[in-house]
Amino acid sequence: MAELDVEVVAADHFVWSGAARRVNAFTADGDIGVLPGHTPVIALLAAGRVEIEPTEGARVHISADGGFFSVENNRVTIVADDAVIVDAAS
Amino acid sequence: MGAQIRVYRQKISSTTSMQKIFKAMELIATSRIGKARARVSASLPYAKAITRAVSAVASQSEVDHPLTREPETSTRSAVLICASDRGLAGSYSSSVLKEAEQLLTKLKAEGKEVDVYLYGRKAEAYFDFRNRTTKRVWTGNTDEPLFETAKEIGAAVLEAFNQDTASGGVDEIHLVFTQFKSMVTQEPNVVRLLPLEVVEEKVSEKTTDLLPLYEYEPEPEQVLDGLLPRYIDSRVFAALLQAAASELAARQRAMKTAGDNASELIKKYTRLRNNARQAEITQELTEIVAGADSLSA
Repeated sequence: MAELDVEVVAADHFVWSGAARRVNAFTADGDIGVLPGHTPVIALLAAGRVEIEPTEGARVHISADGGFFSVENNRVTIVADDAVIVDAAS
Repeated sequence: MGAQIRVYRQKISSTTSMQKIFKAMELIATSRIGKARARVSASLPYAKAITRAVSAVASQSEVDHPLTREPETSTRSAVLICASDRGLAGSYSSSVLKEAEQLLTKLKAEGKEVDVYLYGRKAEAYFDFRNRTTKRVWTGNTDEPLFETAKEIGAAVLEAFNQDTASGGVDEIHLVFTQFKSMVTQEPNVVRLLPLEVVEEKVSEKTTDLLPLYEYEPEPEQVLDGLLPRYIDSRVFAALLQAAASELAARQRAMKTAGDNASELIKKYTRLRNNARQAEITQELTEIVAGADSLSA
Protein backbone atom coordinates (compact mmCIF):
# COMPACT_ATOMS: atom_id res chain seq x y z
CA MET A 1 0.00 0.00 0.00
CA ALA A 2 1.18 3.47 -0.74
CA GLU A 3 2.14 5.52 2.19
CA LEU A 4 2.31 9.18 3.02
CA ASP A 5 5.58 10.99 3.34
CA VAL A 6 4.95 13.39 6.18
CA GLU A 7 7.02 16.35 7.21
CA VAL A 8 6.14 18.70 10.05
CA VAL A 9 8.09 21.93 10.32
CA ALA A 10 7.81 24.92 12.60
CA ALA A 11 9.15 28.39 11.89
CA ASP A 12 12.52 27.89 13.51
CA HIS A 13 12.87 24.18 13.91
CA PHE A 14 12.15 20.87 12.39
CA VAL A 15 9.52 18.82 14.21
CA TRP A 16 8.82 15.40 12.76
CA SER A 17 9.10 13.47 9.56
CA GLY A 18 8.47 9.95 8.47
CA ALA A 19 6.18 7.59 6.65
CA ALA A 20 2.57 7.45 7.72
CA ARG A 21 -0.68 5.74 6.87
CA ARG A 22 -2.97 8.57 7.81
CA VAL A 23 -2.88 12.18 8.92
CA ASN A 24 -5.68 13.99 10.73
CA ALA A 25 -5.69 17.75 11.12
CA PHE A 26 -7.93 20.69 11.89
CA THR A 27 -8.34 23.21 9.13
CA ALA A 28 -10.11 26.53 9.16
CA ASP A 29 -13.19 24.71 7.78
CA GLY A 30 -13.09 21.68 9.99
CA ASP A 31 -11.54 18.28 10.27
CA ILE A 32 -9.54 16.81 7.43
CA GLY A 33 -8.20 13.31 7.14
CA VAL A 34 -5.53 12.51 4.59
CA LEU A 35 -4.99 9.02 3.28
CA PRO A 36 -2.51 7.97 0.57
CA GLY A 37 -3.67 9.10 -2.87
CA HIS A 38 -5.35 12.25 -1.59
CA THR A 39 -5.89 15.01 -4.13
CA PRO A 40 -3.46 17.94 -3.92
CA VAL A 41 -4.64 20.44 -1.34
CA ILE A 42 -3.41 23.58 0.33
CA ALA A 43 -5.35 24.38 3.47
CA LEU A 44 -5.04 26.73 6.36
CA LEU A 45 -4.48 25.02 9.65
CA ALA A 46 -6.46 26.00 12.70
CA ALA A 47 -4.89 25.84 16.12
CA GLY A 48 -5.24 22.38 17.50
CA ARG A 49 -3.93 18.92 17.36
CA VAL A 50 -2.49 17.11 14.38
CA GLU A 51 -2.61 13.36 14.55
CA ILE A 52 -0.25 11.22 12.55
CA GLU A 53 -0.55 7.49 12.26
CA PRO A 54 2.91 6.26 11.28
CA THR A 55 3.44 3.02 9.44
CA GLU A 56 5.30 1.78 12.47
CA GLY A 57 4.77 2.57 16.09
CA ALA A 58 2.21 4.49 18.04
CA ARG A 59 0.33 7.55 16.90
CA VAL A 60 2.09 10.86 17.08
CA HIS A 61 0.18 13.84 18.39
CA ILE A 62 1.46 17.27 17.56
CA SER A 63 -0.04 20.42 18.90
CA ALA A 64 0.20 23.23 16.39
CA ASP A 65 -0.97 26.78 16.68
CA GLY A 66 -1.97 27.81 13.21
CA GLY A 67 -0.18 27.53 9.92
CA PHE A 68 -1.00 25.67 6.77
CA PHE A 69 -0.52 22.32 5.22
CA SER A 70 -0.18 20.99 1.75
CA VAL A 71 -0.75 17.60 0.21
CA GLU A 72 0.66 16.51 -3.13
CA ASN A 73 1.78 13.17 -4.57
CA ASN A 74 1.45 11.54 -1.16
CA ARG A 75 3.68 14.18 0.37
CA VAL A 76 2.17 15.94 3.33
CA THR A 77 3.89 19.08 4.54
CA ILE A 78 2.57 20.61 7.71
CA VAL A 79 3.90 24.08 8.29
CA ALA A 80 3.05 25.48 11.68
CA ASP A 81 4.05 28.73 13.32
CA ASP A 82 4.95 26.73 16.35
CA ALA A 83 4.54 23.03 16.92
CA VAL A 84 5.46 20.60 19.64
CA ILE A 85 5.18 16.87 19.80
CA VAL A 86 2.79 15.99 22.59
CA ASP A 87 3.55 12.30 22.75
CA ALA A 88 5.99 10.78 20.34
CA ALA A 89 6.12 7.18 19.28
CA SER A 90 9.10 5.66 20.96
CA MET B 1 66.41 54.62 32.28
CA GLY B 2 64.43 52.64 34.85
CA ALA B 3 61.37 54.67 33.94
CA GLN B 4 61.67 53.48 30.34
CA ILE B 5 61.55 49.82 31.37
CA ARG B 6 58.54 50.46 33.59
CA VAL B 7 56.63 52.09 30.72
CA TYR B 8 57.32 49.10 28.47
CA ARG B 9 56.28 46.67 31.20
CA GLN B 10 53.00 48.50 31.63
CA LYS B 11 52.36 48.46 27.92
CA ILE B 12 53.12 44.76 27.70
CA SER B 13 50.83 43.84 30.56
CA SER B 14 47.92 45.94 29.27
CA THR B 15 48.31 44.53 25.77
CA THR B 16 48.42 41.01 27.18
CA SER B 17 45.17 41.50 29.04
CA MET B 18 43.56 42.96 25.94
CA GLN B 19 44.79 40.03 23.93
CA LYS B 20 43.09 37.70 26.39
CA ILE B 21 39.81 39.55 25.86
CA PHE B 22 40.18 39.32 22.08
CA LYS B 23 40.93 35.62 22.30
CA ALA B 24 37.91 35.04 24.50
CA MET B 25 35.62 36.98 22.18
CA GLU B 26 36.98 35.15 19.19
CA LEU B 27 36.28 31.82 20.83
CA ILE B 28 32.78 32.86 21.84
CA ALA B 29 32.03 34.05 18.30
CA THR B 30 33.44 30.85 16.83
CA SER B 31 31.31 28.65 19.05
CA ARG B 32 28.20 30.68 18.29
CA ILE B 33 28.63 30.70 14.53
CA GLY B 34 27.97 26.99 14.39
CA LYS B 35 24.74 27.49 16.27
CA ALA B 36 23.73 30.45 14.14
CA ARG B 37 24.34 28.51 10.96
CA ALA B 38 22.41 25.57 12.33
CA ARG B 39 19.50 27.93 12.97
CA VAL B 40 19.72 29.22 9.42
CA SER B 41 19.44 25.68 8.09
CA ALA B 42 16.72 24.80 10.62
CA SER B 43 14.55 27.60 9.27
CA LEU B 44 15.05 26.49 5.68
CA PRO B 45 12.37 23.77 5.48
CA TYR B 46 9.74 26.23 6.70
CA ALA B 47 10.87 28.94 4.30
CA LYS B 48 10.98 26.47 1.42
CA ALA B 49 7.53 25.03 2.12
CA ILE B 50 5.99 28.46 2.48
CA THR B 51 7.64 29.82 -0.68
CA ARG B 52 6.42 26.84 -2.63
CA ALA B 53 2.89 27.21 -1.36
CA VAL B 54 2.80 30.96 -1.98
CA SER B 55 4.07 30.60 -5.52
CA ALA B 56 1.57 27.80 -6.11
CA VAL B 57 -1.36 29.89 -4.98
CA ALA B 58 -0.16 33.04 -6.71
CA SER B 59 0.66 31.43 -10.04
CA GLN B 60 -2.34 29.14 -10.29
CA SER B 61 -5.26 31.04 -8.92
CA GLU B 62 -4.33 34.48 -10.30
CA VAL B 63 -5.73 36.18 -7.26
CA ASP B 64 -5.30 39.89 -7.18
CA HIS B 65 -4.03 40.42 -3.67
CA PRO B 66 -3.01 43.81 -2.24
CA LEU B 67 0.29 42.36 -1.06
CA THR B 68 1.34 41.32 -4.54
CA ARG B 69 -0.16 44.20 -6.48
CA GLU B 70 2.39 46.52 -7.98
CA PRO B 71 1.42 50.12 -7.24
CA GLU B 72 1.40 52.46 -10.25
CA THR B 73 3.23 55.19 -8.42
CA SER B 74 4.86 54.79 -5.07
CA THR B 75 5.40 57.91 -3.04
CA ARG B 76 6.39 56.54 0.34
CA SER B 77 8.59 53.63 1.18
CA ALA B 78 9.90 51.98 4.31
CA VAL B 79 13.36 50.58 4.88
CA LEU B 80 14.29 48.08 7.55
CA ILE B 81 17.99 48.12 8.42
CA CYS B 82 19.45 45.14 10.27
CA ALA B 83 22.68 45.97 12.07
CA SER B 84 24.19 44.60 15.25
CA ASP B 85 23.72 45.40 18.92
CA ARG B 86 27.37 45.42 19.81
CA GLY B 87 30.48 46.65 18.15
CA LEU B 88 33.85 44.92 17.92
CA ALA B 89 32.77 43.21 14.73
CA GLY B 90 34.99 45.04 12.29
CA SER B 91 33.14 46.88 9.57
CA TYR B 92 29.99 44.79 9.93
CA SER B 93 27.60 47.50 11.08
CA SER B 94 29.15 50.30 9.08
CA SER B 95 28.96 48.39 5.82
CA VAL B 96 25.27 47.64 6.35
CA LEU B 97 24.65 51.29 7.20
CA LYS B 98 26.60 52.39 4.16
CA GLU B 99 24.48 50.16 1.94
CA ALA B 100 21.37 51.53 3.63
CA GLU B 101 22.51 55.12 3.08
CA GLN B 102 22.90 54.41 -0.62
CA LEU B 103 19.40 52.98 -0.78
CA LEU B 104 17.97 55.95 1.14
CA THR B 105 19.67 58.42 -1.18
CA LYS B 106 18.38 56.53 -4.19
CA LEU B 107 14.82 56.41 -2.89
CA LYS B 108 14.91 60.09 -2.02
CA ALA B 109 16.24 60.90 -5.48
CA GLU B 110 13.19 59.11 -6.88
CA GLY B 111 11.10 61.56 -4.91
CA LYS B 112 9.93 59.16 -2.25
CA GLU B 113 9.51 59.80 1.42
CA VAL B 114 11.27 57.17 3.47
CA ASP B 115 10.32 55.73 6.85
CA VAL B 116 13.20 54.03 8.60
CA TYR B 117 12.82 50.94 10.76
CA LEU B 118 15.89 49.77 12.63
CA TYR B 119 17.04 46.55 14.14
CA GLY B 120 20.08 46.61 16.41
CA ARG B 121 21.55 49.17 18.80
CA LYS B 122 24.38 50.17 16.46
CA ALA B 123 21.92 51.30 13.82
CA GLU B 124 19.93 53.13 16.50
CA ALA B 125 23.04 54.93 17.72
CA TYR B 126 23.97 55.90 14.17
CA PHE B 127 20.59 57.50 13.51
CA ASP B 128 20.30 59.07 16.97
CA PHE B 129 23.71 60.68 16.65
CA ARG B 130 22.67 62.30 13.40
CA ASN B 131 19.35 63.39 14.86
CA ARG B 132 17.42 61.57 12.18
CA THR B 133 13.94 60.36 12.82
CA THR B 134 13.15 56.69 12.78
CA LYS B 135 9.81 55.03 12.72
CA ARG B 136 10.49 52.14 15.03
CA VAL B 137 13.49 50.45 16.59
CA TRP B 138 14.02 46.92 17.81
CA THR B 139 17.08 46.08 19.84
CA GLY B 140 18.50 43.09 21.61
CA ASN B 141 19.36 39.60 20.49
CA THR B 142 20.86 40.52 17.15
CA ASP B 143 23.24 37.61 17.48
CA GLU B 144 20.41 35.24 18.32
CA PRO B 145 17.20 36.57 16.79
CA LEU B 146 13.87 35.18 17.95
CA PHE B 147 11.02 34.30 15.66
CA GLU B 148 8.79 36.49 17.83
CA THR B 149 10.89 39.53 16.88
CA ALA B 150 10.57 38.65 13.22
CA LYS B 151 6.82 38.35 13.70
CA GLU B 152 6.68 41.72 15.41
CA ILE B 153 8.65 43.33 12.60
CA GLY B 154 6.51 41.59 10.01
CA ALA B 155 3.32 42.79 11.71
CA ALA B 156 4.63 46.35 11.98
CA VAL B 157 5.67 46.66 8.34
CA LEU B 158 2.48 44.96 7.19
CA GLU B 159 0.41 47.46 9.16
CA ALA B 160 2.30 50.34 7.57
CA PHE B 161 1.83 48.73 4.18
CA ASN B 162 -1.90 48.27 4.61
CA GLN B 163 -2.35 51.89 5.59
CA ASP B 164 -3.11 54.59 3.06
CA THR B 165 -0.05 56.53 1.95
CA ALA B 166 -1.86 59.75 2.81
CA SER B 167 -2.19 58.69 6.45
CA GLY B 168 1.38 57.57 6.89
CA GLY B 169 1.33 54.22 5.17
CA VAL B 170 3.91 53.04 2.68
CA ASP B 171 3.84 51.59 -0.83
CA GLU B 172 6.95 49.50 -0.65
CA ILE B 173 9.20 47.98 1.94
CA HIS B 174 12.88 47.32 1.54
CA LEU B 175 15.12 45.20 3.70
CA VAL B 176 18.82 45.87 4.20
CA PHE B 177 20.75 43.05 5.81
CA THR B 178 24.03 41.21 5.53
CA GLN B 179 23.98 37.98 3.66
CA PHE B 180 26.11 35.20 4.99
CA LYS B 181 27.91 33.74 1.99
CA SER B 182 30.71 31.92 3.72
CA MET B 183 32.89 32.30 6.77
CA VAL B 184 35.01 34.85 4.95
CA THR B 185 32.48 36.71 2.82
CA GLN B 186 29.41 38.46 4.07
CA GLU B 187 27.74 40.92 1.78
CA PRO B 188 25.33 43.69 2.60
CA ASN B 189 22.21 43.11 0.61
CA VAL B 190 19.03 44.97 -0.31
CA VAL B 191 15.81 43.15 -1.07
CA ARG B 192 12.35 44.46 -1.66
CA LEU B 193 10.02 42.77 0.76
CA LEU B 194 6.73 44.29 -0.36
CA PRO B 195 4.98 44.26 -2.72
CA LEU B 196 5.98 40.66 -3.09
CA GLU B 197 7.64 39.54 -6.22
CA VAL B 198 6.41 36.03 -6.18
CA VAL B 199 8.84 33.93 -8.10
CA GLU B 200 6.93 31.87 -10.58
CA GLU B 201 7.91 28.27 -10.39
CA LYS B 202 10.20 27.45 -13.26
CA VAL B 203 9.30 24.46 -15.31
CA SER B 204 12.17 22.10 -14.80
CA GLU B 205 13.02 18.97 -16.69
CA LYS B 206 11.88 16.74 -13.90
CA THR B 207 8.13 16.39 -14.04
CA THR B 208 7.94 15.52 -10.36
CA ASP B 209 8.99 19.09 -9.53
CA LEU B 210 5.97 20.55 -11.26
CA LEU B 211 3.38 22.02 -8.97
CA PRO B 212 0.20 20.00 -9.04
CA LEU B 213 -3.16 21.67 -9.33
CA TYR B 214 -4.13 22.25 -5.77
CA GLU B 215 -7.49 22.45 -4.18
CA TYR B 216 -7.81 25.20 -1.67
CA GLU B 217 -9.43 25.19 1.66
CA PRO B 218 -11.15 27.54 2.29
CA GLU B 219 -10.89 29.79 -0.83
CA PRO B 220 -7.67 30.77 -2.65
CA GLU B 221 -8.06 34.38 -1.43
CA GLN B 222 -8.30 33.34 2.19
CA VAL B 223 -5.45 30.89 1.84
CA LEU B 224 -3.33 33.69 0.38
CA ASP B 225 -4.48 35.99 3.19
CA GLY B 226 -3.21 33.46 5.67
CA LEU B 227 -0.05 32.59 3.78
CA LEU B 228 1.37 35.97 2.85
CA PRO B 229 1.88 37.41 6.35
CA ARG B 230 3.62 34.16 7.26
CA TYR B 231 5.72 34.40 4.14
CA ILE B 232 6.79 37.91 5.15
CA ASP B 233 7.58 36.81 8.70
CA SER B 234 9.63 33.98 7.33
CA ARG B 235 11.50 36.31 4.94
CA VAL B 236 12.23 38.75 7.77
CA PHE B 237 13.30 35.93 10.05
CA ALA B 238 15.58 34.49 7.38
CA ALA B 239 17.16 37.93 6.94
CA LEU B 240 17.69 38.27 10.69
CA LEU B 241 19.26 34.84 10.92
CA GLN B 242 21.59 35.59 8.02
CA ALA B 243 22.50 38.87 9.66
CA ALA B 244 23.22 37.12 12.96
CA ALA B 245 25.49 34.56 11.32
CA SER B 246 27.27 37.34 9.43
CA GLU B 247 27.69 39.39 12.58
CA LEU B 248 29.32 36.52 14.40
CA ALA B 249 31.58 35.70 11.47
CA ALA B 250 32.60 39.35 11.18
CA ARG B 251 33.26 39.51 14.91
CA GLN B 252 35.32 36.36 14.84
CA ARG B 253 37.46 37.71 12.04
CA ALA B 254 37.85 41.12 13.66
CA MET B 255 38.83 39.56 16.97
CA LYS B 256 41.31 37.25 15.30
CA THR B 257 43.01 40.20 13.61
CA ALA B 258 42.98 42.16 16.86
CA GLY B 259 44.52 39.24 18.74
CA ASP B 260 47.22 38.83 16.10
CA ASN B 261 48.00 42.52 16.23
CA ALA B 262 48.18 42.38 20.01
CA SER B 263 50.75 39.59 19.92
CA GLU B 264 52.76 41.58 17.37
CA LEU B 265 52.71 44.55 19.72
CA ILE B 266 53.72 42.42 22.68
CA LYS B 267 56.66 41.09 20.71
CA LYS B 268 57.71 44.60 19.75
CA TYR B 269 57.45 45.96 23.27
CA THR B 270 59.29 42.98 24.73
CA ARG B 271 62.20 43.65 22.38
CA LEU B 272 62.22 47.32 23.34
CA ARG B 273 62.07 46.41 27.01
CA ASN B 274 64.99 44.00 26.68
CA ASN B 275 66.92 46.67 24.84
CA ALA B 276 66.29 49.19 27.60
CA ARG B 277 67.24 46.69 30.28
CA GLN B 278 70.46 45.80 28.50
CA ALA B 279 71.28 49.47 28.05
CA GLU B 280 70.78 50.01 31.76
CA ILE B 281 73.06 47.10 32.66
CA THR B 282 75.72 48.28 30.25
CA GLN B 283 75.58 51.73 31.70
CA GLU B 284 75.87 50.46 35.26
CA LEU B 285 78.85 48.30 34.29
CA THR B 286 80.56 51.22 32.61
CA GLU B 287 79.98 53.31 35.69
CA ILE B 288 81.40 50.63 38.02
CA VAL B 289 84.43 50.03 35.84
CA ALA B 290 85.02 53.76 35.52
CA GLY B 291 84.70 54.15 39.30
CA ALA B 292 87.10 51.31 40.01
CA ASP B 293 89.58 52.70 37.49
CA SER B 294 89.53 56.10 39.06
CA LEU B 295 90.04 54.61 42.56
CA SER B 296 93.02 52.45 41.53
CA ALA B 297 94.58 55.20 39.47
